[in-house]
This record gives sequence, C-alpha cells and structure tokens, in this order.
Amino acid sequence: MRVRRPNPLMEILRPLGQLLLFILGSSVVISGITILIAVLIRGTRTDMDLLQITLVLLPQVLIDGIVLGFMYATIALGYTMVYGVLEFINFAHGEFFMFGAFAGVELLIWMQGQGWLPADQSVMAYVFLGLAIIVGMIVSGTISVTTERIAYRPLRGAPRLVPLISAIGVSFLLQDVMRFYQSAVNGAFYRSFPTFGGFSERITLFTLPLDGRDITIAIQLTSIVIIVAGIVMLVGLNYLVNATRLGKAIRSVAQDRNTSYLMGVDVNRIIALTFLIGGALGGAAGVLWAFRFTRADPYMGFLPGLKAFTAAVLGGIGSIVGAMLGGMVLGLLESFAASYLSIFTQGAFGAEYKDIFAFAILILILIFRPSGLLGGKTTQKA
Amino acid sequence: MSAQSSAQLSPIQRMLKGPLGLILVFAISVGASYLFVLSPRSLIVRLLLLGSLLLIYYMPQKGWIKLLFGGVMLLIVLPYLGLFNPFLMELGFQIAAFATLALGLNIVVGFAGLLDLGYVAFFAVGAYLWAFFGSQQIWHMDEPPGTFTIYPTFPFPAWWFWPFLIVGIIAAAITGIMLGFPVLRLRGDYLAIVTLGFGEVIRVLANNLDKPINLTNGPQGITPIQRPPLPAYFTSQEFLNQLSDIAGRPISLNDIYGFFFYFVAIVVLIIAIFLARRLDNSKLGRSWTAIREDDVAAVAMGVPLRRTKLTAFAIGASFSGAMGVIYAANRTFVSPETFSLTASISILVMVILGGLGSIPGVVLGAAIVTLLNIDFLQTLSLQLSSLRQGSGFIPLTSIPWSSLPTQLDPARYQRLFFGLLLVVMMIFRPEGIIPSQRQRLELHEEPVDEPEGAVIEGEIEPDHKLEN
Repeated sequence: MRVRRPNPLMEILRPLGQLLLFILGSSVVISGITILIAVLIRGTRTDMDLLQITLVLLPQVLIDGIVLGFMYATIALGYTMVYGVLEFINFAHGEFFMFGAFAGVELLIWMQGQGWLPADQSVMAYVFLGLAIIVGMIVSGTISVTTERIAYRPLRGAPRLVPLISAIGVSFLLQDVMRFYQSAVNGAFYRSFPTFGGFSERITLFTLPLDGRDITIAIQLTSIVIIVAGIVMLVGLNYLVNATRLGKAIRSVAQDRNTSYLMGVDVNRIIALTFLIGGALGGAAGVLWAFRFTRADPYMGFLPGLKAFTAAVLGGIGSIVGAMLGGMVLGLLESFAASYLSIFTQGAFGAEYKDIFAFAILILILIFRPSGLLGGKTTQKA
Repeated sequence: MSAQSSAQLSPIQRMLKGPLGLILVFAISVGASYLFVLSPRSLIVRLLLLGSLLLIYYMPQKGWIKLLFGGVMLLIVLPYLGLFNPFLMELGFQIAAFATLALGLNIVVGFAGLLDLGYVAFFAVGAYLWAFFGSQQIWHMDEPPGTFTIYPTFPFPAWWFWPFLIVGIIAAAITGIMLGFPVLRLRGDYLAIVTLGFGEVIRVLANNLDKPINLTNGPQGITPIQRPPLPAYFTSQEFLNQLSDIAGRPISLNDIYGFFFYFVAIVVLIIAIFLARRLDNSKLGRSWTAIREDDVAAVAMGVPLRRTKLTAFAIGASFSGAMGVIYAANRTFVSPETFSLTASISILVMVILGGLGSIPGVVLGAAIVTLLNIDFLQTLSLQLSSLRQGSGFIPLTSIPWSSLPTQLDPARYQRLFFGLLLVVMMIFRPEGIIPSQRQRLELHEEPVDEPEGAVIEGEIEPDHKLEN
C-alpha cells in the first residue's frame, strides 16, 4: 500500500467516482451483450420482436440490477474485510445479515403497534426507517463480534478448515436460533415488513414512445432509498478504511498481523472491530433487503450471503473497491438473467436458473482469474 | 486393529478386558435384545442395543472374536429383533446408508483434506439415475409433471437394479471428476464454497429439469421407482406366514423389503469399510495424507497433485453414487428435497463428530447423527405432540402444553443441533470422538499417550507439538 497523506475530500469523491464508473461501465457492457444476443437470435421468434422487447424491458431491468448490486456490494464488504484481515471465509455472515433484518423489522413492527408509523410520505417515515437500519446494524455488529470472540478466536492458530467448519456451524445454529425465537414468540417463523411511508410509490422518470404506445419508465421510492443508503455506506466505509487512524490499523493488520502487533497495534481489538464493521454493514443490508422484498425469514441470509461472497471473489477478495464492483456486476447479471433468460430461450429456462448463474460465475472466476477483476497477484498463504 | 498394550486402555476398555469382559459384553447384548423383545418400541432399549455394538467394538479382545460378535449381532440378532419392530430395520438401513456416505466423504475430507460441502450432489446423481431408469419417467419425458397416469409395466425390468448399482458408481465417479477437474486447483476454503455451489446447482437442476424435457419431474419428484426382485420363496405367502408366527404380528411384503435393504446396506457398508481401510494404507492413501498435510512438499516428493485429488473425489463420489441407487429403490420415491445443503452438512457432521480420517469414528458419527435425526428428535416430537393434545401445563410455568406452536417441533431443528455440534467439536475436540492417530497428534496440544517407539506408517513426525 502506498504511503500517502489522505485528503479527506478526495477520499469521499474518489469512491463516488469509482462507483459511478462501475455502475455505468457494467450497465453498458451487460446491456450491450444482451442487445447483441437479442439481435443475433431475433429470427428465432415469430410471435414477438425480440429486440423491441429487450429494449422496452432494459431500463427497468437495469434499475433492479443496480438496486440488487448495492445490496450485494454492502454484504460483500463484510466478507472482504474479514477475509482481508484473517484470510478466512466468514460463512456465518449471511446470518448476521438475517439477524439485522429481523432486528429492523421487529423494531418497525413494534413502532407500527404504537401507531407511530405514518402511512403517507413524510420525513418521519425516513427517520424511522433510518432508525431501523441503525438498530439492525447494532444487532448484527454485536452478533458478529460475539461470534468472533466465541467461535473464531479460539481457533485462530488451527488448520484452515477448522475455523471454516466452525463458521458453517455458527451459520446453521443462528438460522435455527432465530427460527426458534420467532416460532416461540410469534408462532410463525417469518415476519413481514410493515407497509408505511408510501415507499412503494413509483416515480416516473421518462416515457418512451414506441410503436404508438408510451412506455413509462418508473423507479420505486424503495429503490432510491436503497441506492442512497448504499452509496452512503460504501463511501463511509471507504473513508473509514483509507483516511482514518483506525483504517490504517486495519490495513496494517491485513498486510501483516505479526508486524502490526510489534508496531503496537492491538490486533485482537482490530479484528473485533473489523467484524463489528462488517457485521454492521451486513445488518444494514439486511434491513434494506427486508425493505425491498417485504419479508424477513431465518433462511434469507443463505443465498444473498453466498452471492455476496461470489461478488467479493469476483471483484478480488480483500479489496473494498473490488467488492463494490463485484456486487454491482453480480446484481446486474442476476437481474438480466431473471428477465431475459426465459424470453431468449422461449420459456425453456426461466428465472429459476438465476441462482445457478451466480455459481457459474464464481466457478469461472476462480478458475480463470482467482485474484478477481481488480485483484493483483494472488497471495496464497498456507 | 492391532492388539493394544494395556497401558493405554481407557477405563471402559479396562472393564471389558479378559474373559470376564467378554461375558459382560455378551450379557449386555443378550440383555438388550431380550428387553427389545419385551418392549420393541422403547427408544432407550434401542439405544442400549446399538450401544452394545459399540461395546463390542471397544472391548480389548482379539480381532476375530470382535468380528464374530459383531457379525452375529448385525446379521442375525438385529434382523431377528426387526421382526418385532420394523423400525429397527429402517434405522439400521439408514445408519448403514449414511455411514457409507460418510465414509465416502471421509475419503475426500478426512484423507485428502479437501472440504466438500456439496457431497450430497453425488448421492443425487446415483438416486436420480435409478429413479429415471427404474421408473416410468422415460415414457413421460414430453409430459409436464402431474399430468400422466401410472402404467402397470416398466421400461426396464426390476433386475436392472443390480447393473445400475455399478452404473451409479461409475456415473457418480465421472461427475466427481467433472466437478473436480476445474476446481481442484483451488485452495481449501474456495473449494468448499465452489462445491457448495455445485451442490446447489444439482438441486436447482433437479427442481427445474421438468421442462423443456421432463427428466426429473420437478419438485414433485419421481415415483414409483422399482425395487429389485426377490427370490420367489421370500415373497411367498407361506414364508410370510412363518415370519408372522414368530413375530406375533402380520409381516407384509414391505417388511420383507425392509430386511432386504438392511442386508444390502450392511453388505455395502462392509465393502466400503474394507475399501476405505485398504485405501488408507495404500500408496494412494499416503499420497492423500501427503497433499493434505503439505501439498507443496508432496509435489516436490513426486506426488501427482491433480490426479491424486481427482481420485479422492472420484472414489468418494462413487460410494455416494452406489448408495444413491439403493436409496432410490428403498424409498421408491426421489425428490429434490432430500438433496439439500442440510443433507450435505449432516454428512459432514458425521465425519467431524466421529473423527476426520478415522474409519470407526466416521461410522460411529453416522450412527449418532442418524439416531439424532430420525429417531431421537422424532420421538421427542411425538412426545411433545401427545403432550400438546393433553391438558397439562409446562413444568414451572402456567402455560398449557396445548398453546405451544407446532413450529417448535424438535424434529424441525436439525440445523440447530448440527450447528451446535460443529462449533463445539471444532472448539473442544476437533479430532473427533474416535480420532485417527494422526489427527490426534496434530490437533491436540498436550502430549499424547503415544506408545513408545510407535511407527506411524508412512509418516514424517509433525515438527511441533511433539517436542514438549
């Protein structure tokens, strides 16, 4: 890592620019490929014009993909930070995410019970949503640090697979602990996100005249909230890691734990803080996920966790910027696969295969470029 | 197992020493069997019965005596007792089936040190293979699920089960190689995630390959699947009547198949144990150990890394493929649900609980986890649901049992127990209940009660931990 004096303003602007670049870049590339495919196989369908359908759907698919990408990126940061510091895949990260989601949803349900949540758009709705996100972050961060202390720290010197298996155990344990708690308290194991604040309202961006019809392209308020929250968190984390004293300590531990210890860094504290930050980001993503998909259930963390891990590997695990890029690319790819796969294959393969997409990408990336899109050389420490 | 010096016997083993110990074990086995005849439905008696098998394993006697004891128990006493409660045979079948799976996974994880989290995928390959060819699915390939009728005949006669057992082994091994070929150069933890992904891919495929061609019949699963034919004598009414007289309850054809699959699974398990032991001591087994411990050094010593890892994958997968075929025939029904991540992890729990790389440990782990899974938790759930129907109250509270949500069924919380087991084992006893010698040396800090001058085959002493 270069030695440079951080310029606070630059540390905010730079990641913003990178994010914008990633969104634009991956959107253009993926849309281009999709349109190309549409043009190439245009002749296979007689009942509709493939190209036209593709173009009509495109803006909506892009928006969905970007929203998904922000959530994956936020979760992926948790994986990437822990991996950077400990070289360890925190398999239970998806469950920290799930706990955060439940914490936020429970808080909002309680507030709704108190009659505090406004039904229409208002400032208070945003305040309460923000509060739910913060509570989700606190709960996830706490769980994350506790898990590190109990299940990971005692195993730090053990062979690589030992902490990984422990993490799998924690993941399973946490899923059923939440299920047990929810079943005992509510009788059902999932919770619905309360409807409030008029977040489901759609804002019309523009209309496309096409064949005499007007196609409206709209964005849900939910999506805007998620995008803004995602940007704030990604930029904030980047600032924390690159421009503060704590960030310097985290980077030094990531580079060489023993040497940082000798230089006076409290390694255990830094590792715990890394888990706290990663877990908190996961928790925030969890609340946003529940907000977007209006539901929290004990098993919700598994697939997003796995995909966010894929995103982290895709971007180059251990790299924060890489996680943002990976998340964005994966979110877009998944959104495209979900919408176009069925159209392009005449219904033979539907959106069910979108999960396979993520795994296929993971396998391909690991085979051909294990260091990820942005990664430098691979470091394979034993 | 070589004769152990008396200095390192555990307290239990010391109690079972000599002819007196032999008589004690014999008495316990007979006692447990007798109790079983008296109350064939009791969980405790079942546990006692299986515990006596463990005692037979533990008693410090000559190898052939233990084999004789164990053989008589497994092949004569247990099937006889199975006449009184068919569930015993089901339990035996499941334990043997999962023990075989766990032995296969043990080759990959325990011997070669490659963490495979999608192991159940190979099981699925075997199961779906026989499900496809052993049912009428071939005739329904162009019909969507739920729209077709069941015919009285099948495209393949039932005896094809036996050839397909071999085909299943080969198909699973090929799948193992196909998965292994691209991913085996990945490091341990990446490999774990990729295999997990692969397991999920197989499950998603099984769920969705009902279109465009109906290969798997989607989430509904394939049924009916044929069971292999039995000799006419065993299915004759006369034979059934004889058995019914002994058992004091009507014995049906399904019960006969219960016995049949129990024997098949036991035989396959014995073959698997034999193979695993031979492999562990072979040149290949030592290569696995070498790449597990230090792959750079192993390559430097001339071990072909790729090929050695691939063989581990292929052989591990083939165990699973064989069991898949048997499982499909036993259930006569296959659906994607069986092949979830939970199933993969439960097999991993068996291996880790018993002891990575330790063959007796893995079998014990399989027995414990299977008991927990299909017997203990189910019994608990039944107890709970009968309490729920009563009018009692939860002890120390004023909450009636009946207000307890059905969501709290213990049988639904397998993951809780698996997770807890994994974490606790990793922290307190990563080498498992019956550790393999090597793992014990590596993972336990304190100096081990190593017999003096013991030579562990083909091993270079770990450079640390032994010196203190």
